[in-house]
Amino acid sequence: MKDWMRTARIKSSEITDESVFRRRRQIIQGTMAAGVTGFIGSAAHAKALSQPVTQWEGNATDELTSEATATTYNNFYELGTDKGDPVKYADKLVTDPWSVVVDGECNAPGTFTIEDILKPHAIEERIYRFRCVEAWSMVIPWNGFALGDLLKRFKPNANAKYVAFETVQDDNLPGMSSRVLDWPYVEGLRIDEAMHPLAFMAIGMYGNVIPNQNGAPMRLVVPWKYGYKSIKSIVRISFTEKQPPTSWNMSAPHEYGFYSNVNPDVSHPRWSQAKERRLSGDTSGLAALFSAKIPSQFMNGYGEEVAELYADMDLKKFF
Amino acid sequence: MTTYFDQKTIQSGPASTQSSGVVMRAMLKPVVFVLLSLPFAWLIYALFNGQLGANPIEAITHHTGEWALRILLLSLCMTPLRMMFRKPWPIRLRRMVGLFAFFYVVTHLLTYMILDQQLDVSAILLDVLERPYILAGTVSFLILVPLALTSTKGMMRRLGKRWQSLHKLVYIAAIAGVVHYIWLAKGDQIEPLVYLFVLFVLMLFRLKGFVAQWNKRRQAV
Repeated sequence: MKDWMRTARIKSSEITDESVFRRRRQIIQGTMAAGVTGFIGSAAHAKALSQPVTQWEGNATDELTSEATATTYNNFYELGTDKGDPVKYADKLVTDPWSVVVDGECNAPGTFTIEDILKPHAIEERIYRFRCVEAWSMVIPWNGFALGDLLKRFKPNANAKYVAFETVQDDNLPGMSSRVLDWPYVEGLRIDEAMHPLAFMAIGMYGNVIPNQNGAPMRLVVPWKYGYKSIKSIVRISFTEKQPPTSWNMSAPHEYGFYSNVNPDVSHPRWSQAKERRLSGDTSGLAALFSAKIPSQFMNGYGEEVAELYADMDLKKFF
Repeated sequence: MTTYFDQKTIQSGPASTQSSGVVMRAMLKPVVFVLLSLPFAWLIYALFNGQLGANPIEAITHHTGEWALRILLLSLCMTPLRMMFRKPWPIRLRRMVGLFAFFYVVTHLLTYMILDQQLDVSAILLDVLERPYILAGTVSFLILVPLALTSTKGMMRRLGKRWQSLHKLVYIAAIAGVVHYIWLAKGDQIEPLVYLFVLFVLMLFRLKGFVAQWNKRRQAV
């Protein structure tokens, strides 16, 4: 057990209490937002998770982003490039039935139904900071399980140096007629990154089944990397020996690296990464105009935990 | 490249003498004024009614930027419209449309400087130096400042011929504005390219040969 976990553990009861308190606040805010603005927040017709959910001990103590905000402001280009498109066209994504192909350098490949994938895993709630490369961020309670626990079931072999992921591809998705990216959307991690205890597979958020616009039925959450690494609606997991191609890197290699770790010192051609706007849920009136930008943290604040992954690397070169 | 509104063509258009024409002429400016104010009015309404989505500052930045560009391109439509209709009304609207474009540009810029960057001067300077799209936007704004300042009748008179040469800089401002949008868009998006196409068509009307051909065909018809 690491120091940070121990530290977090000491305060674990406190954290739980506070998160319950915050949750209540968020529900009230969410309801108000839904009532006043007519937001089609998922809060209105969200489906609670059927599994029991235990609290993780390392939860971020930042103020939660409202569920209405986290489920109506999304980048999911298969559903459209506007932030409001994914929630608008969420029902175009069919998640039942759903299966995931697992292949490549592993001893237990196969095609699995989503039910088979989820069955053995206990569901945990993890509050992570989520940092988009567009210099905004949220704090989201994800529900799911450690990615490593899932990957181990497929028995990756010694050649498995990387893991590649692929998002669903379907002509009914309104964004896919645009050639904004090469479809399908693909992402990847080095195997040790994927096996890191912070790498997470989410099937829910805010205690509810993950809405389509957030990547149902199963998405990655890699909290120390920019959001686009956290690939949504996964249909394929491949173990590879070579570094797999990743969508934004192929689209603009000078802007988006394979690693894409949150790093305020590596400037991006479009957005300075030094600061970020924390989207909490205040979206109306003059207060919304003066929400301060906060300084961004190295590795999104998870630097200590993931330091060993990048011990000998020049992170300006491998950005 | 040159502009095409020598006084002769303006006056050669058939003068509207009907009373409905008089009413139309009187109404035209106020109506266009209200129309061009609508995007700003919507913004205020949306802000106080929580309609700007999860990231209101970004929404305001995009909204004012897009309308600045649209109205700037609209101001470049006035000369071609006058050529098509052979009526003077587009030229009468030109100053107001141009000033509205400037208004949205200034709102866009202030949103960026005050709300987005919170007047962090070093962050703003770094942005201008490091991000080509911000430099393009800055160039567009800086060009529009003297044009707005010299848009009065008095300045027109005082500058005489030089006024036209000065105001041709609006082409550079429009190009810089479209480039600003193309460079900032993430991925290959359609909308910035639509503006590029519109700008390209509008610039055709500023080519001498194109206009000569146009007039010839008009006369043939």
